[in-house]
Amino acid sequence: MTFDRAMVAHIAELAKLQLSDEESERFAAQLSDILAYAERLQALDTEAIPPTASVLPLRNVLRPDVVEPSLPRGEALANAPDSADGQFRVDAILDSEGGAA
Amino acid sequence: MPAYEAVIGLEVHAELETASKMFCACAVVDSTSAEPNTVTCPVCLGMPGALPVVNQRAVEMGLRVGLALNCAIPPFSQFARKSYFYPDLPKGYQISQYEYPLAINGWLEIDLPDGMTKRVRIRRAHLEEDTGKLTHTDGHSLVDLNRAGVPLLEIVSEADLRSAEEAEIYARKLVAILRYLGVNSGDMSKGVLRIEPNISVRPVGSSEFRTRTEIKNLNSIRSLARASAYEIERQIALWEAGGQVQQATLGWDEARQVTVVQRVKESADDYRYFPEPDLPVLEIGPAWVEDVRMGLPELPDARRDRFMGQFGLSRYDAAVLVAEQAVAAYFEAAVTAGGDPKGVANYLTGEVFRLMNSEGRDRQDIGAIRLTPPALAALVTLVRQGTITHGVARQLVETLYAAGGDPAALVAAHGLAQVSDADVLGEAVARTLDAHPGEVARYLAGEEKLLKFLMGLVMRELRGQADAQVVARLLAAQLAQRRG
Repeated sequence: MTFDRAMVAHIAELAKLQLSDEESERFAAQLSDILAYAERLQALDTEAIPPTASVLPLRNVLRPDVVEPSLPRGEALANAPDSADGQFRVDAILDSEGGAA
Repeated sequence: MPAYEAVIGLEVHAELETASKMFCACAVVDSTSAEPNTVTCPVCLGMPGALPVVNQRAVEMGLRVGLALNCAIPPFSQFARKSYFYPDLPKGYQISQYEYPLAINGWLEIDLPDGMTKRVRIRRAHLEEDTGKLTHTDGHSLVDLNRAGVPLLEIVSEADLRSAEEAEIYARKLVAILRYLGVNSGDMSKGVLRIEPNISVRPVGSSEFRTRTEIKNLNSIRSLARASAYEIERQIALWEAGGQVQQATLGWDEARQVTVVQRVKESADDYRYFPEPDLPVLEIGPAWVEDVRMGLPELPDARRDRFMGQFGLSRYDAAVLVAEQAVAAYFEAAVTAGGDPKGVANYLTGEVFRLMNSEGRDRQDIGAIRLTPPALAALVTLVRQGTITHGVARQLVETLYAAGGDPAALVAAHGLAQVSDADVLGEAVARTLDAHPGEVARYLAGEEKLLKFLMGLVMRELRGQADAQVVARLLAAQLAQRRG
């Protein structure tokens, strides 16, 4: 699989990155190389191997529903570039831009 | 114009009432009143290196809902990252479930207005984390992350609903079940439940699926009903005018009562789901599932059927009583206190609901009214024994609702007992007829409808406390005498 500039533009949009034409060109080539390398795995016969979600031998790591102290608000906000009224402050965004849940 | 029908599926997002968040030990607080950003930690702030750990109680609550909705619980469940950039989630992704949800393939039966029932299929219920809250100010947005990481169960129905009304009935029943299960308060004003219908329309009889729209974040069942009804009409008008419905995400403008386009979807959302590497998978074996199943309470349908069988109530009355867990409990308490079930049901769904509606009190708060279940039971018994009339009983319900008290004591103190003494009633009838010679003459001349009027006068004379049957008999007898 090769990466063309349209695919780079799509990925860049998802990542909220603005790329110059020159960068798009360069990343298309680099990403194609990376994918080509990873594609060598496709040559393996995995027919008999069940899908693996995690290689850790862990199951059902759960915690009891017990409350512990949270961070003091000052500490929670300490690394924020901007804050006001005890809240993180960011440039204006419209509700319509996203949000999931 | 051909008749159209709607094709509606609902996503319901219900916060789970755990003490702590989904993946960290921060407290779950009322996000509408708590001071912003007072319950956060490195995990729900998305600090580098912080590791989430699954809240066992949230999993169990999700299983309760899954089982109550007749879902299968797959033996394997897994969390996934849903990637998107928006300041309401600081990690840059939401931990959700994708390929392997907690519960799949269930159903919920609803009662339709025409007396039929309908099985609405549930596609899945999966666990995820809630997002933070944004407030938009001049040129900036403020972010409160108290709600970020609160456990959320997303319950997705198949597109089996065919009208706004069916969507409303389904949502009400689902909310009632969540409340019965003790996993969600159902208090939509606190934002603990949000509903997102996806809607398309098609000519009745067609099996095609036309382009659909999705209305985001409806925060009351009333909004769901109104927004859906509006959107259905809007789409029908578009098709009828030769236009096309455009796939879009809509919002509901409460003030103007219209849907507004938030985002036009040109391509499928690209959330780049992948298995959450920080969380080991869940294996939910039969023993765990059975354990949760054994702990389920009696659910609304089972309780409705029991009320019909045990107390001889109609399906309609029983359904009204069980729709709210607190009302069903109140009813049973009154019956246990000795009240006749049908009488209790009648006064409860009639007078008591009317009084609660008039002061805007939610039915789930029935436990707080001053009229106690034993008092209502005693009142019903007084009526059955013939001690007081229905009219007096209705007044007493009002008095007890406002101030509380003991019905028998009130009846004694205010002399409200029913009068059935024929001498006393006979005198009242005679007095009334003497005072209205004109009406009596017209009645005797053949104007028979005046009988009701004269009856009303006598009853009023006796302040509604007279035994109506005795009065009717005496009235007829005395009128016959006057006919000469």
